[in-house]
Amino acid sequence: MGTYFKDLFGGTWSLIVGLAITIKYFFYPVVTVQYPRATLKMPPRFRGHIDLVADPGTGAPKCVVCGMCQRGCPSGCITLSGEKPEGAKKKILTSYQLDFTHCSLCGLCVESCNFGAIDFSKEYNLAGPSREAYVFDLLTRLKERTTNVDNDA
Amino acid sequence: MNAHPEILRLLAFLAGLIIFAALNAAYLVWLERKVCGHIQRRIGPKEVGPFGLLQPLADGIKLMTKQVLVPPQVDPVLFRLAPALVLIPAIMSFVVIPFSANLVAREINIGLLLVFAFASVNVLGLLLGGWGSANKYAVISAARCVSQNVAYEIPMLITVITMVMITGTMNLNEIVLQQPDISQWYVFRFTASPLMPVAFLVFFICSLAETNRAPFDLGEAESELIAGFHTEYSGMGFGLFFMGEYANIVIGASLATVLFLGGWQSPVSFIPGGWWWFLAKVYFLIFTIMWIRWTYPRTTLWGLLNLSWKVLIPISLLNLLVTGGMLKLMPLIFGAG
Amino acid sequence: MIDLALSQNKEIFVLNLGPQHPATHGVLRVKLLMDGEYIVSAEPVLGYIHRMHEKMGENRTWAQFMPNTGRLDYLGALSYNHGYARVVERAAGIEVPERAEYLRVITVELNRIASHLLWFGAFVLDLGGFTPLLYAFDDREMILDLLESVTGARLTFCYFRFGGVYNDIDDNFVPGTRAFIKRLRKRMPEYHNLVTKNIIIIKRLRDVGPISAGMCRRYGATGPVARGSGINYDVRKNEPYSVYPEFDFDIPVYEDGDSMARYMVRMDEIEQSMRIVEQALDRLPDGPVMAEKVPKIIKPKPGDYYSVVEAARGTFGVRVVSDGTNTPYRLKLRSPTFSNLSLYGEAARGMLLADALALMGSLDLVIPEIDR
Repeated sequence: MGTYFKDLFGGTWSLIVGLAITIKYFFYPVVTVQYPRATLKMPPRFRGHIDLVADPGTGAPKCVVCGMCQRGCPSGCITLSGEKPEGAKKKILTSYQLDFTHCSLCGLCVESCNFGAIDFSKEYNLAGPSREAYVFDLLTRLKERTTNVDNDA
Repeated sequence: MNAHPEILRLLAFLAGLIIFAALNAAYLVWLERKVCGHIQRRIGPKEVGPFGLLQPLADGIKLMTKQVLVPPQVDPVLFRLAPALVLIPAIMSFVVIPFSANLVAREINIGLLLVFAFASVNVLGLLLGGWGSANKYAVISAARCVSQNVAYEIPMLITVITMVMITGTMNLNEIVLQQPDISQWYVFRFTASPLMPVAFLVFFICSLAETNRAPFDLGEAESELIAGFHTEYSGMGFGLFFMGEYANIVIGASLATVLFLGGWQSPVSFIPGGWWWFLAKVYFLIFTIMWIRWTYPRTTLWGLLNLSWKVLIPISLLNLLVTGGMLKLMPLIFGAG
Repeated sequence: MIDLALSQNKEIFVLNLGPQHPATHGVLRVKLLMDGEYIVSAEPVLGYIHRMHEKMGENRTWAQFMPNTGRLDYLGALSYNHGYARVVERAAGIEVPERAEYLRVITVELNRIASHLLWFGAFVLDLGGFTPLLYAFDDREMILDLLESVTGARLTFCYFRFGGVYNDIDDNFVPGTRAFIKRLRKRMPEYHNLVTKNIIIIKRLRDVGPISAGMCRRYGATGPVARGSGINYDVRKNEPYSVYPEFDFDIPVYEDGDSMARYMVRMDEIEQSMRIVEQALDRLPDGPVMAEKVPKIIKPKPGDYYSVVEAARGTFGVRVVSDGTNTPYRLKLRSPTFSNLSLYGEAARGMLLADALALMGSLDLVIPEIDR
């Protein structure tokens, strides 16, 4: 009988306490970010998909086509090729394809690069209707970026 | 010639009540989502129209244009009948609800009885919907709904009998007229019975259970039974269940307002009463119902039945006894005429 | 067995809980044999999200398997990173600098808090209460923000490397973590008021779904499930690893074995993890976060290596067999919830459907980790 009344009154009190907490938060400001209208800034270390890094002097990609990133990638989503022009010392990157549909954003490619030639992009609004749109040609993206910077300046 | 204005009046009220029920269902969903959102520190619907006010319209159009799927194994008659059986009694109950002194579709001197008669049909709709769906989750849900409703009708009706003993009438408008200001509201009428606030609480809890609202939403129990009795319903079949559910909530809140909170009467005598007071009280109760829903977890069937049989029924019986005693004793003490 | 039961009693029916069901939180299917609302027998059916992680491990280099470990239990990814990093370090004989060990402990414990918070919300959601989930998410987002600023990811962190961690913390991490712990300390009493002390929760959890210590031992259940049944076993204390012996913390153990006990163990563990993080922040040494002379291509000496860590859900063990090449010869993952789920069939027998789902929620299942 004692537990019955303890349950009854203690239980009712616990329910009232619960209501007090929820009504308190009812009047608190909202904490959500209204996503498409407002976006968050990604922290500097955010691991997006990779992008080529340009040499600040020449504007050409830093990549020396060693292929370490390709070998380091667990998912095999990097395809790159380069050629050695007549008389040049280093190979020149001719294509760098990232199949983002397979990428797991682990960052092993960036780590395996000894030349700092690839970096993470801060892009995260990646959604689209077709699979083909996610095979990125990073060389084209780099060119677009550098021209955009030129235009801005 | 005399009958014509009466028929027109009834038709106008019928149309009005259906529109009221439909709008209520639509905007209570909106309100529910807003209340739930702000309790959880988010905004809720906001994209369609200002403050998401057109969201119910968009939802309604979506529901109406969706295909009404009838799975092959279902009982074709019961499956189609069930949503109507849930919605129609709920709308019918509005007939006797006094929105203001004159704004009542039909003043019937057994109005209270009528509402409860219709309320029991509602359970039948849930049972048939669950049974006709030929879905195991729906059948479990239907069985839960029925045992829940049977268990909770008892304390609810005992409380209502207590109220009828005090008021001496089943005419809802007359009950309202007996509560002209806040001190006369039955919830605070300690001269009738010192247990009146408890009786109000019992009635309120029972109406939560009767309308299958959280924490008693065992029938829907989305984490256990997917969607309960309306698992197999799509499109407007589901929409009707929804409208019925919200109409029932409004009925429950209206009855609580009429019986305990003075209906359309204003709380203080110098402000005139009217339908706005009725709606304000009803929507306050509905807000409380939503607030409760977004605070508590769900009870189990045993917890629910325990609460009914071990707590609510003894309390309501005690209240009945005390009220009966008071009714006999008060005239003796105060020597009323 | 099911056919037999069905033939004997016409009232008994089969209820397929899942693979898509709101309470299974993933693609778990439980084949229930029901007598009304009572469960006659329950049989978890796995395999809907099997991704062959162990076989994948044999087909890629040691380092390339690291991202996979975070995808076992995506809610406590760092513990799994830790387990795998430790076993390879043991195999290849790599020493981890002290600062890296501290950072590992801090991030793992933060991740454990995040995992328990999400479990708390999802569990109450299983019981029908929606709001605590969003409150828990609010706090969890703070942890994810902190971890994202350090690791770069919010879920599959992949932060640990053989010989240390991927990169050092930034300036905001220490004050941010302290502020978060202060905030969570304030929020925990609220959670207890809103949920733990709620009479509905108490009625639903107390004495529901008892799991005995014997049953835990028979099925190899570990973590909060075992500790809720009175088994005082936590790898962090019993087989100390990393820098855990340097911290002062308790292992919450409850004797009752019911859903409430498992709930309380996890809620107490949040408090204990906060203690560990605070102590670790106080004593965080300076120094490198990566061991020197870690070979780029790891080729451990041939042999058989095993290592366990305490993940948020129990004991996570990795066994690797090396044949001296740059890929593992065999890789075996011992994931805690697989064992914790195994006892479900026996524990759920005779329970009501609603209680059985409360029991399932209290086991804290992450299906990709069970199915690997």
